[in-house]
Amino acid sequence: MIGIWALVAYTGAAPALGLPNLHNPFFLPSPGTVAKSLYNMFAHEGFAHDVWASTRRIGLGFLISAAIGIPLGIAIGSFRIVQAFFEPIIAAVRYMPASAFIPLLIIWFGIYEKEKIAVIFIGVFFPLTLLIADVSAGIPKELVNIAYTLGASRWQVFWRVLLPASWPGVLDNMRIGIGWAWTYLIVAELVAASSGIGHVILSASRFLQTDKIIAAIITIGILGLLTDALFRWLYWLLFPYSERVSR
Amino acid sequence: MSSISVSDVSMVFETRRGRVQAIDRVSLEIPDAHFACIVGASGCGKSTLLNIMGGLVRPTSGTVRVDGRQIHGPGTDRGMVFQSYTLFPWLRVRENVEFGPRLKRMAKEERRRISDRLLQEMGLADFARAYPKELSGGMKQRVAIARALANDPKVLLMDEPFGALDALTRAAAQRFLTQIWEQHRRTIAFVTHDIDEAIFLGDTVYTMTPRPGRLREVIPVDIPRPRTLDEFGTPRFGELKRHILELIIEHENRGVSQTAAAP
Repeated sequence: MIGIWALVAYTGAAPALGLPNLHNPFFLPSPGTVAKSLYNMFAHEGFAHDVWASTRRIGLGFLISAAIGIPLGIAIGSFRIVQAFFEPIIAAVRYMPASAFIPLLIIWFGIYEKEKIAVIFIGVFFPLTLLIADVSAGIPKELVNIAYTLGASRWQVFWRVLLPASWPGVLDNMRIGIGWAWTYLIVAELVAASSGIGHVILSASRFLQTDKIIAAIITIGILGLLTDALFRWLYWLLFPYSERVSR
Repeated sequence: MSSISVSDVSMVFETRRGRVQAIDRVSLEIPDAHFACIVGASGCGKSTLLNIMGGLVRPTSGTVRVDGRQIHGPGTDRGMVFQSYTLFPWLRVRENVEFGPRLKRMAKEERRRISDRLLQEMGLADFARAYPKELSGGMKQRVAIARALANDPKVLLMDEPFGALDALTRAAAQRFLTQIWEQHRRTIAFVTHDIDEAIFLGDTVYTMTPRPGRLREVIPVDIPRPRTLDEFGTPRFGELKRHILELIIEHENRGVSQTAAAP
């Protein structure tokens, strides 16, 4: 991809492909320019502070979503009564786009941290809970039945079979969910923020600094890759028994 | 003395396409230390019958008794082994075997003694610390049998436990189960659609026919034990097999001609 980018940026092949004139460095700065401005942003413009602000919001918003969503999701997937009560509500709210809540959340929480975290929560909590409910509901019935024949009570089946059988799926869906957290965070920061990667993107766009915009987007990509690697490592560490883990 | 008896059990499923009679008034009694095989074509209700005996499915009518006492759900007096691999993947082999004793809060040393002995018997002593994913299909089923035996059940209920194994592994598993049975002398109900398997293993073969699932005939297997692979070639084995096949095929043909005669 970087190869294509470099080719388009340095040779000016874009108009021939019917794209806007990307040869113009204003529209598409070269990889070198972007690398340089990324360095400048970290070295002179306090970009690290913005990265940290965004990461912290993600961390908090995601942790709160997971802390409520995981137990609730497992309960919905395991117990009919809980499912009957919560699932319709959550399924409905899930269809309401989190970004549509932003104006309301600004009125409720102001324009600072609480509002950002609330946006992430609304964007992540509802779908995450449903995915985790699916994980718990999808535990093979045979495992549950065999536990009953071995003398387990309902409670023991929950603690000793349903929970341990759910954990790998829970972690998988957390990995998916944290991706959504990034999406909603940037949306929230684009609307109102005084720090954060989204804020940097927005101010760079006011000054037409495309190189900075691209640098910020690449930073998000790298952070995403790192998070993904972290989750994969956790999976490997926590679930050595999984068929997917080889060692 | 441990026997399991089924009296007048019927099972009706309500499905979208109407009522399906899966089992129609089945009664049987498996005496103590007896190896009973239940054979029938797929869909004849044999697995449902076994699940009812295990207490996992509540019959529409009829009762199941273990040693004369009626059952009302699953219990440790009946150990089950299924065709699908049902080991808990997050537990090591030894922990799988000790699952039942742990639920009973048995002391660690005692649990360990039980699992040591069973793993030894199953030839799995070297795999005590392995996870199920590291085992072959045949080994997984041996662990599943050990796990069921760890609870010291009165009756073993087995639902095509070797159905997913390849032919060679399956033959080895059958001989192995015979040895285990001779040591432990448990009452066993063993469901299969493999007639050879049923004759080789069973003291008695119960044949079932589908739609509705009915007990067709009870055939005592008068081949003396210990049985070896040579039995498969004996005339008596052939006669029994032919007889059982006829019972099942005759029913199938009747089904076909009925369909053909329908306007």
